[in-house]
Amino acid sequence: MSLWREAWLVAGKDLRIEARSRVILYQVLPFGVVVLLLFAFALDPSRGLLPRVAPGLFWVAVLLATLLAVSRAFAIEAQNAARDGLRLSGLDGGAVFLGKAIAITIELVVLEVVLGAGVFLLYDVEVGSVGLLVLSALAATAGVAATGTLYGVLAAGLRVRETLVPALLLPVVAPVMLGATRAWEAGLGGTPSDGWPWFGLLALFAVLYTSIGMLAFGPLLEEA
Amino acid sequence: MRRSEPGPERPGAKCREREGMNRPELLSRRFAAMIGWLAFASLATLAILGLWVAPPDAVQGDAQRLMYVHVPAAWLAYLAFGVTALASALYLWPRTRSTVWDRVAGASAELGVVFTGLTLVLGSLWGRPVWGTWWEWEARLVSTAVLFFLYVGYLALRRIPGPARAKRCAIAALVAFVDVPIVHFSVEWWRTLHQEATVFNPDLDPEIHGTMAFTLFFGVFAFTLVYVYLLNRRYMLEAMDEGREERELEQAIAERTRAAELVDVAATAASPTVGAGARAREGDPGMRSAR
Repeated sequence: MSLWREAWLVAGKDLRIEARSRVILYQVLPFGVVVLLLFAFALDPSRGLLPRVAPGLFWVAVLLATLLAVSRAFAIEAQNAARDGLRLSGLDGGAVFLGKAIAITIELVVLEVVLGAGVFLLYDVEVGSVGLLVLSALAATAGVAATGTLYGVLAAGLRVRETLVPALLLPVVAPVMLGATRAWEAGLGGTPSDGWPWFGLLALFAVLYTSIGMLAFGPLLEEA
Repeated sequence: MRRSEPGPERPGAKCREREGMNRPELLSRRFAAMIGWLAFASLATLAILGLWVAPPDAVQGDAQRLMYVHVPAAWLAYLAFGVTALASALYLWPRTRSTVWDRVAGASAELGVVFTGLTLVLGSLWGRPVWGTWWEWEARLVSTAVLFFLYVGYLALRRIPGPARAKRCAIAALVAFVDVPIVHFSVEWWRTLHQEATVFNPDLDPEIHGTMAFTLFFGVFAFTLVYVYLLNRRYMLEAMDEGREERELEQAIAERTRAAELVDVAATAASPTVGAGARAREGDPGMRSAR
């Protein structure tokens, strides 16, 4: 089996579990929308502040939801000795990493579509360059999903997994937060040409951490 | 108990055998002591140089003297994280894998976090009189703060016992290290793109006086000695900590065996038949009374 086919098997499994359990849909998605509402409560909506800071708020909401999605992705492996099953399946470690990261990316993209609509409706923003928004969102999502998967397996099997992953993950994805926010600022109200260098940074981050994850996941899964 | 015995030579062939690949200290005792005294003396000299010998800055006055500890602390933070990354890579490389590298990585990261924190605090103390603010969203400050939290996360991971802790930590250290240049450039880019005039005003950055430059370099030297000394100490502590559980177990077994023997002797002395009978009924009273 090729790497991609194996990865797709793992991603398919995770997405099937999600389609049946609907934890992301019924728990993580409403959480993200509530965060958007909370931001509006914290920053008075009538002063015109929200449209200006909307990109940053959107990405903070996405990052917070990412923590939950990563936690969920490894919680399903913790039950019924599923991790042993994954180890014994004979699938390549890199492929398992890729599969889990793809599943998280797809879940987060769905979440971003809903939150993006929320930002558009609630925060009264203007859309400039759709291409920049979509591409930078995809690159940023792939980057956080890759780092999230890597730290998820790093903390797998530890009793403090839930609290450890945010402490490890958030500082590492700080450049993604920065890059995605700047790219979206450029794509929403600013000049799109300012945003493309940030897209480059996001793409570099995604490629770098996907490569590291594919190398490191196998050995980590073996001993998790 | 074994630790308190003088000299690098420790009795007991078993003990030496266990510590063969597993060296309890990085430097020999004599060398470590020498580094320690040298570090102490150079810190004292640095204080004299920085506080009295070096002239006050033309623009910033005495506040600038903080630079003699701030810059060396920042240098040490980078050195420490570099050593952590190197040691982690050496641990992951199968041919050089050894708990020595794991301990070096942990010890160095801890020192790095301490010195990064010190850099931030000293910078903040300096910023208050010179910039008029404790904190400025300046590129170097922001990336140093992110660096601090990157390695605080790593230290959190190190504290957790679990399967393959050393390997997890080594990979986490490398993941964090790869992030350092990305954080640096993204933050630099962000602040220079959006800030018209940087706080590092050229007017505030005059040519460095000869004595000042010497004091600064001497500070870097002194702090590096402190780092080497502390790294060795922290390494020893880590090694002791790892051996502690094993030793505690051995001790507990020894104590219980001894207590069992004492109960046995006492019971035999009082009444041989009753003692034997009680033991037979209760299973192993020695183990219970040892608690």
